[in-house]
Amino acid sequence: MSVTPLLETKNLTIRFGGVTAVNNVNFTLREQELRCLIGPNGAGKSTFFKLLTGQLQPTEGHVHLRGKDISGAFPHQISRLGVGIKTQVPNVFDAMTVEENLWIAARQKHTPIFSSDLAEAIMTQLRLTGIAKREVGQLSHGQRQWVEIGTVLAGEPDLILLDEPAAGMTHDEVDRTAELILEINKKRALVVVEHDMQFIRKIAKTVTVLHQGAVLIEEDVHTALQDKRVQDVYLGKGLAV
Amino acid sequence: MDIAIIVGLDIISGIASLLLISAGLAVIFGMMKIINLAHGEFLMLGAYTTVLSVSAGVNIWLAMLVISPVVVGLFGVIVERCLIQFLYGRLVDTMLATWGLSLVIVGATTMIFGNTIVGVASPLGGFSVGQYQTSLYTPFLAVMAILLMVLIWAVMRFTRAGLIARAVMQNPEMAATLGVNPAKVYMATFGAGAAISGLAGGLLAPVAGIVPTMGAAYIAKAFITVVGGGTSILWGLISASGLFGFINQIAAFLTTPVFGEVILFISAVILIRLLPLGISGKFFKGRL
Amino acid sequence: MPKIHGMTIALIGSAIAAVGVMIAPLFVDLFQIMQLTVFAAMAILALSLGFIWGYGGILCFGQTSFFGLGAYAYAVAAINFGDSTPAIVLAIIVPVIFAALLGYFIIYGGVSDVYLGVITLTVSLILLNLVNSTAGDVYKIGTARLGGFNGIPGVPTINMPGDSSYILSPEQAWILTGLALIAVYLGLRVLIASTFGRVIIAIRENETRAALLGYDPRIYKLLTFMIGGAVAGFAGALYVNWGAFVSPTIFALGLSAQIIIWVIIGGRGTLVGPIIGCLLVQWMVTEIGSQQTLDASFILGAVLIGFVLLVPKGIAPTVRDFVAARLSRSNSDTVIEDVKQ
Repeated sequence: MSVTPLLETKNLTIRFGGVTAVNNVNFTLREQELRCLIGPNGAGKSTFFKLLTGQLQPTEGHVHLRGKDISGAFPHQISRLGVGIKTQVPNVFDAMTVEENLWIAARQKHTPIFSSDLAEAIMTQLRLTGIAKREVGQLSHGQRQWVEIGTVLAGEPDLILLDEPAAGMTHDEVDRTAELILEINKKRALVVVEHDMQFIRKIAKTVTVLHQGAVLIEEDVHTALQDKRVQDVYLGKGLAV
Repeated sequence: MDIAIIVGLDIISGIASLLLISAGLAVIFGMMKIINLAHGEFLMLGAYTTVLSVSAGVNIWLAMLVISPVVVGLFGVIVERCLIQFLYGRLVDTMLATWGLSLVIVGATTMIFGNTIVGVASPLGGFSVGQYQTSLYTPFLAVMAILLMVLIWAVMRFTRAGLIARAVMQNPEMAATLGVNPAKVYMATFGAGAAISGLAGGLLAPVAGIVPTMGAAYIAKAFITVVGGGTSILWGLISASGLFGFINQIAAFLTTPVFGEVILFISAVILIRLLPLGISGKFFKGRL
Repeated sequence: MPKIHGMTIALIGSAIAAVGVMIAPLFVDLFQIMQLTVFAAMAILALSLGFIWGYGGILCFGQTSFFGLGAYAYAVAAINFGDSTPAIVLAIIVPVIFAALLGYFIIYGGVSDVYLGVITLTVSLILLNLVNSTAGDVYKIGTARLGGFNGIPGVPTINMPGDSSYILSPEQAWILTGLALIAVYLGLRVLIASTFGRVIIAIRENETRAALLGYDPRIYKLLTFMIGGAVAGFAGALYVNWGAFVSPTIFALGLSAQIIIWVIIGGRGTLVGPIIGCLLVQWMVTEIGSQQTLDASFILGAVLIGFVLLVPKGIAPTVRDFVAARLSRSNSDTVIEDVKQ
């Protein structure tokens, strides 16, 4: 292996009591790669993200970021190494305004003035300028998702994990999210978890399918979605592929 | 040798008194995940009930073992209906309300009975170990503590109420989907916790100076025990009482009772640093 | 959240208050000056909890531990040194060290609110028992006898820095305490407006998100807890200075409860609120004390229950929200008189 991958997990496993939520996952992501992670509910996608960001500690196995072992590190340490995450349920600062949410996120790395400029730029990019002074707690679910994506961008991470970024969004918003992801991908690597197959088709090149905590297949998007096993897994859940 | 027996008895009585003064608090904490800050006042009301019953001519055993738990248990149910039920899901507010309740009870008792110490005579005599005199009431309290643990275990293990209680402890949301009415469960929990505290207060009456503010003398130890034990009612309580009772008595024997308490507290804080969910969060996960 | 605008109001309000503090001795008698002095010292204590609870989200039920430690540290140091200046410094340092140790264990242990409240309350109860047991000649630090439940009488009061023979008069002590309250208030305002302040608010709002953005919640919470300890300790020094006396009842449950009640009544998430709450309750307790029928505990408990049930946000935020709602309503020109809940 000549080039060190951006992210690499080795035999990553976590068990809760008798349940193995993530089972022996070996996952590799190159710099600036865009990967989609799909699988039915309970496949272990969100748990996998929590292991990558230090919110959960693996029972076995390791996570390497640019060759450095980060398994067992705290969430804030992993964040400072350049990993940002939008969680499944929006995690934002409800009593603060949109502007303040982004400012706090930028301030971790930057001076106060630069942080204000960065927050401004991201609000423009995400079309949040109109609601800059609104308290995030009073916004709609879709807007809160955008704010959370904004805080992730403001941290300027090299690797962005997005857990269901299109959930609960309107058709137009979904399209915009897809465009945004492709734009972000020009500079940064992303792993996107999503159920919406239209959305996946729009953005994905390579898809990793998780099933019952383990990697089922990892293929080019068209091959993956045509795969018999993938269809069986999803048909069990009644989802059209 | 005699001193060893006396220290041994001290340790047993230390553990037993921790079990008694903490049990009611542990029941409410295990089920509702809140600390009842009026716990000390529930003990105090139990003690007053026994004193008043005895001075009204009631047999002391009847007063301690029946009247005190019944009276304080009913009081707990009333408190739950009139106050606690409005604060479900707001853990911190619930604790603050119980703190307010604690102040109200202390104030009301002071206005009614005055700030004077009352008491009842111990119903049991003493015995001697070599040159040391000790009261028969101490081993009696230990027996009562064991009986209380057996009773809690039996109720949890064999009754329908116990089954529901275990389900709620495991997973309150799931228990609600099984058709268990959470309002009733919490009312019963608060009543049961209060009744146990009433019993403990009654049992302490012969060995305590009874004043409206007496609760404060017990709550520090009870809080430490319950927080150290964690949310599993029975095993958390027994393991924490055993560990802390032992540490407290040994430390008190080597230094002074007050330093014993300080050392007890420091060991509890270290324990919390290592096991933030208490002993039972680590070793008795998901048990009674 | 008010920012520049709010800060201007705070500055103007503080300037007016400072003038009021200075000229008060011209208008009220000595007894009332003494009364005001202790109210101001207590209001600083209220600010300490208002800061760590209202902004840092740290539920401390035993804030009086730091107040009491500050008071005892002042008393012991003032007796030993015969000079109040190093005593005040120690009254801040000792509680900060204590807060650092205690905070390390409970905050780095990652315990929940419920545990934190109970453990901090237990600390104050243990300190009460510990200091109560220090009667007798063995318990002395330097030349200062701790005196057990009798406390330490005759504590030297505050002197001019550098001149221990110049003791402040009661009026001067009042001006010092009153101005100290205003300074602590403004200091905390500035701190809250700083990056540190915004981060601790962010952590209060969503600890997980703050950590995922690279902030270590534990160190921020620990620092907040220590700042609260410093402010409470300073209040303790001013309190001892008022009565020239300190006793273990400073650690008692009653005072712990009162501090919580001040902040609940005044409101979390503001600094003016806890000051108002403190002054109201102090005044009320004084009034109750002057009659014999009702017990102060009873009234305080009833007030606490009433606020938790009916006005859980407290006075200041409720008034602020009400005014904000009225302003936005008159701006949008809507004439809907909806019934208040």
